[in-house]
Amino acid sequence: MERLRLATLWLDGCSGCHMSFLDLDEFLIDLVGRFDVVYSPLVDVKEIPEGIDVALVEGAVGTDEDRHRLRQIRARSRVLIAFGDCAVTGNVTAMRNPLGGANVVLGRSYLENGHAEARIPSRPGILPVLLDKVVPIHALVPVDIFVPGCPPPAPRIREVLERLSAGEEVRLTGPAIRFG
Amino acid sequence: MAAVKTLSIDGKFINARGDQTILEAAREAGISIPTLCYLEGVSAVGACRLCLVELVEQGRLVPACTTNVFEEMKVQTDTERLRNYRRTILELVFAERNHVCSVCVANGNCELQALAVRVGMDHVRFEYLAPNLPVDISHKRFGIDHNRCILCTRCVRVCDEVEGAHTWDVAYRGTHARVITDMQQPWGASSTCTSCGKCLQACPTGAIFAQGSTVSEMERNRSMLTFLITAREKKQWNV
Repeated sequence: MERLRLATLWLDGCSGCHMSFLDLDEFLIDLVGRFDVVYSPLVDVKEIPEGIDVALVEGAVGTDEDRHRLRQIRARSRVLIAFGDCAVTGNVTAMRNPLGGANVVLGRSYLENGHAEARIPSRPGILPVLLDKVVPIHALVPVDIFVPGCPPPAPRIREVLERLSAGEEVRLTGPAIRFG
Repeated sequence: MAAVKTLSIDGKFINARGDQTILEAAREAGISIPTLCYLEGVSAVGACRLCLVELVEQGRLVPACTTNVFEEMKVQTDTERLRNYRRTILELVFAERNHVCSVCVANGNCELQALAVRVGMDHVRFEYLAPNLPVDISHKRFGIDHNRCILCTRCVRVCDEVEGAHTWDVAYRGTHARVITDMQQPWGASSTCTSCGKCLQACPTGAIFAQGSTVSEMERNRSMLTFLITAREKKQWNV
């Protein structure tokens, strides 16, 4: 059986969804037989490759870098999955939105709570720039499957991956789409 | 006693009293219609529109909680059109305020969260408004988080109709609408609040909470309200 090319991307999230992915435990061994992990924080590949079959995207879009990488992985993936509540709803990452734009939160974090020479860090081209509004990934690119949960429990991730590897169309319903 | 009417709900013929609503008749017949602002024992207001049903012959949509049955009424409760509206209504509710289930006191015990599952809402298609709303914890036992409030007015009705205090009401309009205590004083400064906690039991989301409860800890005891209302209606307390 030909293995599907799997990528996982970590945008603005706590990595809890990736932790939950690792909670697949012994299924990870099965997974290796069905998927080839071609890009992930868990493997040492720097560039998002072409020809991805399934991409799991954790996190909301909070920076220009997130936006760029999300568009890149969308263009290179057949099936894109919003992986966890931050990707699906914005969740905790988007809790800065009611406070105002990027400058308000940067000012609060670095100036008001900083020392006398405190300034807002800025390294164009190196440090990603915060966007004024955090958005879920479907606000920017088409999403094929939504897998909510904070984090999505491992059995929910397993169900999605197993069904995809069996060539099924996946759309979660019932308790599997509960937020939180 | 109102005359008995014969009607059909989802093709099932049932009998109901003329003073019963579609919702009451459906529940007695074991047909479940989703509701959110409806609270058994207090007046129905038809505010949330989740219980909209189709009157087949009239081609109209009416709220099941405030529409009385009539003879030969034909009702559909679960059509494609209704499913689409129900999901859209919930998406708009989620988009309007900051319902962050993962860090909410009501996570796992929330009627809004459960309804989203029921209608198949796996994401929200509208832009989130992300309003900056206050949390009032001036009351010594309870708190109100306006980020989670869906303006169902259950608290307003239970406080007025069961407790008789009318501490709660609604101020402002549209997206600015907000539940208030007294004349928009801090809850803790309210001179009418009896601290009975009926609003706490009535709230469907994490908006009204008991202080000291953290994520997922806010469980309601709706049977307290049912007990009080039944005891009163059936005159079980003779003073």
